[in-house]
Amino acid sequence: MVLEGKKRVWEDYQKEIANDHYFYVRSCIRQTFFPGSETTFLRIMKNDLGKDVFEDARHTTCTGIGYHTDIVPLETTMTVIARHFALMTEAGYVNIIPSCVTSFGLYTEVLETWKHFPEIEEKIREYLWKATKREFKIPENLVHTSDIIYKFRSQIKEKSKVSLINKRTGEPLKVVEHIGCHYSKMFPTSGVGGAEFPSVLTGMIESWGGSVIDYPERRHCCGFGFRQYLVMANRGYSVSNSKKKFESMRPFQPDFIVANCPGCSMFLDRWQYTIAELEGVTYDNRGMGIPVLTYEEMAGLVMGYSPWELGLQMHQVSVEQLLDKLGIKYDKEQKYRGAKGQKIGEPQKPQFLIV
Amino acid sequence: MKEWGYSILKGRQIDFENNDFSISRFVELHEPSFSWCIGCGSCTATCSAAKFTDFNPRKVNLLIQRGEIKGIEDEIAKCMLCGKCQLVCPRGINTRNVVQNIKRAISKSYAL
Repeated sequence: MVLEGKKRVWEDYQKEIANDHYFYVRSCIRQTFFPGSETTFLRIMKNDLGKDVFEDARHTTCTGIGYHTDIVPLETTMTVIARHFALMTEAGYVNIIPSCVTSFGLYTEVLETWKHFPEIEEKIREYLWKATKREFKIPENLVHTSDIIYKFRSQIKEKSKVSLINKRTGEPLKVVEHIGCHYSKMFPTSGVGGAEFPSVLTGMIESWGGSVIDYPERRHCCGFGFRQYLVMANRGYSVSNSKKKFESMRPFQPDFIVANCPGCSMFLDRWQYTIAELEGVTYDNRGMGIPVLTYEEMAGLVMGYSPWELGLQMHQVSVEQLLDKLGIKYDKEQKYRGAKGQKIGEPQKPQFLIV
Repeated sequence: MKEWGYSILKGRQIDFENNDFSISRFVELHEPSFSWCIGCGSCTATCSAAKFTDFNPRKVNLLIQRGEIKGIEDEIAKCMLCGKCQLVCPRGINTRNVVQNIKRAISKSYAL
């Protein structure tokens, strides 16, 4: 009876995730920070899972960065998002899947606003018509792309070539999972597991053989926060948040960190370099830092994709230590080679962080 | 070192596991009324030293009870032991004896 009760309660924390036919919208910043992630998502969805994913080159920013830094007014943001819905409608799709957690949060916020204030939706429809002569339908299903990977985690497991297990010890890799704040903290019902028990990344990690670390600051923000990061003088707030998390996770000796948000992946990776340069501290035993992956990169490694095709050479913290643990073979000479074998240049070496 | 234009801020988390409670324990042992404080701030409002310096008896009390005792020696040295705080304390704390015992604890002239 108790189990039934728990199961029933847990159902309230689930969300509907469409099975096929997705209108995919890219992130502004992920293609720069982690350029292989979105390509990997499309590769898994189209080639490995055989799903129909459509994207439109006319898609633009959702204005999330401008909106959260008080530069873009909400009505403008809503009109831009309405245009995205119009592109989806014109393409004949009803399921929209943003790659960015901030876009996902903003789309959710806009739809919730229109639900409670239909007069605002009417006004935005009018603005869109005046500006572009477009009309749109409300998406039937809005989920983040990490929800899609979560939904198909078992199918990915069936096709996987690598498990999240340390080849030397046979033990599951210890993974820190970090959920972007805009995924489920603003609208708890919009995330798998809600804001209290977000299981979108946990589900992937455990399905693919890893174990999740439950450390004290697990749900703390990474510190990105647009206002903190975009003004240089405020960046101390941002890096301090990340440092708080690193200090909290350090005793558990994580093998890697995985995040589902562009900003979180970026800052949990890059701030390790900054903290090392400013304070001479790293959060592992060898001075190399803790590797940070996006969920698509983690899925790509599990699927046996080449780490350099996944774009892992673009990470600040070297991923070779993780690849060695996973038993993935890689060619060091190919790390800084392009798709046609040409040299793409090597980054400068940090002073403290070992790469 | 390169100029970053920002610095890493120290957290304001109270680290009860690693803070130093030796002064707090000593004072509570020798002047039990130390623990009656409700932090009303009447002592600071009436403090003669606080009129001329940034001395804050309420803050000193709070920091010692938290075990955050860095720089406490310089702080407590600002007290003139006039005793006005004792007159206004709604809890009847023997504040002068508290200050004396804090100074004893700092000077290590005791055995715990």
